[in-house]
Amino acid sequence: MEKFVRLTAKACPLMIPNLNTDQILPARYLKWPRSRGLGAVVFHDFRLDAEGRPRAALPLNQDAYRDAKILLAGRNFGGGSSREAAVYALYDHGFRCVIASSFGDIFAQNAVKNGLLTAVAAEAEIAELAAAISADPAQTIDVDLERQTVSSGTWNCTFMIDPISRNQLLNGWDDVDLTDSYREQITAFRAKDKAVRPWVTPKTM
Amino acid sequence: MSEPRTLIDKLWSAHEIVRRDDGAALLWVDRHYVHEGSFHAFSQMKTRGRAIAEPQLTFGVADHYVPTRGRGNDIANPEIAAMVRNFEANAAENHITLFGLRDPRQGIVHVVGPEQGLTLPGLLIVCGDSHTSTHGAFGAYAFGIGASEVAHVLMTQTLWQKRPKRMRIVVDGTTAPGIASKDIALATIAHIGADGAQGHAIEFAGRAIRALTMEGRMTLCNMSIEAGGRCGVVAPDTTTFAYLNARPYVPKGADFDRAIEAWSKLASDDDAVFDREVTLDASTIVPIVTWGTTPDDALPVDARAPDPSRETDSTRANYVREALDYMGIAPGTKLTDIAVDRVFIGSCTNARIEDLRAAAAVLAGRVSKVPGLVSPGSSTIKRQAEDEGLDRIFRDAGLEWADSGCSMCVGINGDLVPSGERCASTTNRNFRGRQGPGARTHLMSPAMVAAAAVSGHLADVRPLLAGRKL
Repeated sequence: MEKFVRLTAKACPLMIPNLNTDQILPARYLKWPRSRGLGAVVFHDFRLDAEGRPRAALPLNQDAYRDAKILLAGRNFGGGSSREAAVYALYDHGFRCVIASSFGDIFAQNAVKNGLLTAVAAEAEIAELAAAISADPAQTIDVDLERQTVSSGTWNCTFMIDPISRNQLLNGWDDVDLTDSYREQITAFRAKDKAVRPWVTPKTM
Repeated sequence: MSEPRTLIDKLWSAHEIVRRDDGAALLWVDRHYVHEGSFHAFSQMKTRGRAIAEPQLTFGVADHYVPTRGRGNDIANPEIAAMVRNFEANAAENHITLFGLRDPRQGIVHVVGPEQGLTLPGLLIVCGDSHTSTHGAFGAYAFGIGASEVAHVLMTQTLWQKRPKRMRIVVDGTTAPGIASKDIALATIAHIGADGAQGHAIEFAGRAIRALTMEGRMTLCNMSIEAGGRCGVVAPDTTTFAYLNARPYVPKGADFDRAIEAWSKLASDDDAVFDREVTLDASTIVPIVTWGTTPDDALPVDARAPDPSRETDSTRANYVREALDYMGIAPGTKLTDIAVDRVFIGSCTNARIEDLRAAAAVLAGRVSKVPGLVSPGSSTIKRQAEDEGLDRIFRDAGLEWADSGCSMCVGINGDLVPSGERCASTTNRNFRGRQGPGARTHLMSPAMVAAAAVSGHLADVRPLLAGRKL
């Protein structure tokens, strides 16, 4: 997995609460293999109005934000469906970090497995940053995972992330490799548990 | 004396293999359900050149992409046909027991697992689907995971997790006639918010929960994720054991007795401390419908839609305005004045036999004013409903009686609500576009969907139940 230590990039504001994974990636794109790339369809339906035209007022649809790697989002970002392809779509589009005041639990876990940082900051501070970016979309934002800070010029704030996700991102750990190093403990657990809870393994039919 | 522990703590400890310094625990997975959507994970495993660790603990169910009509024929849509075929190939290659498209036990994974007796108390259950929380109804620790985690479970039968906070939702008192588990779920979500249980595992407790059938408990635990909780659990009891008795994969005879002895200990200790406690009074719960685009936009059916001009918070006012605009509802409209275009009875939330009976009790001898689709939770339930004559009631009312699958809850098999149409639905998510681009969804109980069908608009089911056997 790609490490995440520090990122300096442009940001795109999307300060709307409850943007669930159905909005990030509509279900009909879930059939697409990863190799096809999902960046082009991120927020597909959400970006359009009722007549199917791109919503011009939405920063996501504006050239100034095209190469943004940081997304500033509203409360409860990524709730709902467990579809990891929502993370693929954000990542394939170029996003490497989402800053929001809270995230859906499954989304946050999927994000870290793919090297996408979910930084939890105070809503008022994100709103402040979003306002500054709207005034000057060309400015770059610095996200430092070691220090857990977001800064832009003289402005800065701290963010939260659970230590497990932080460790994994900083080290670029691969879960399967890590788990393999505990093979003995797993085998011992399985043997002991089979005797205590024999019903766990169903009889084959 | 040892410290009093919650049920959540007990379930967690029983599966913890190791814990790292940063708090991450490696958990043993007892049961892994996979479906057509799990293809990313199978490819990840293949790319790494790895084999499945425990095929006998892994079960496949075809539900997300399967058609609900014309089961005898080949699947017309080539992309969907490829998804189903690919899944069958992955299951065969990895020696996974499959409840596939042609299997008489096929259905929705969260209905089939419990129905076949694969879901048992005390198990740690995962599946690449957020509604895996359903299985918590049995006192199992069950939660949804993403594709990378599915791949990890396939390869190792374990999972790295952060211990969640513990929340207890106590629903005391007795619900009034005509009030369903779905109403309890929506009332709870409206009370704590769509992200109210984020970071928490929920234990549901109290007299009203104990009084629920297993079907009712499954509906409630299913909706935990709509309150932001990855996992919801109910302590197993005699209702649980009676449901499990004699199901195909449940241990038999002395093995069953031994298991029940162990399962009976799965309860929170009297003085166990929760990180958060929420209490609701069941007697105050009335039939509930959603008006907006998240499940916490839920109100009693006799209420009016909100009015953004009356909201004091500007973010909230904006949200309400946009949600009402998407839903095509004028501010302050009486909810019972909202006309519906179609109805859907189905999904892992509300398509079990009890749900079909509740809807049929309202529909019997009446005609639906709008078209609608009924997709039973499993093929087994479909046969049972037909034996009971419920299919006749649905058909006579003018509704379509279809095969089992995720169907119009998520629409990936092509069962869609057309853009701009309004659907009264027994499903779990009223998100924008959930039932199809531009579709407008109102969530409610099966009986309330039936009430909307015969009325042609959102309606209180209670007057329609007068003099009927429930």
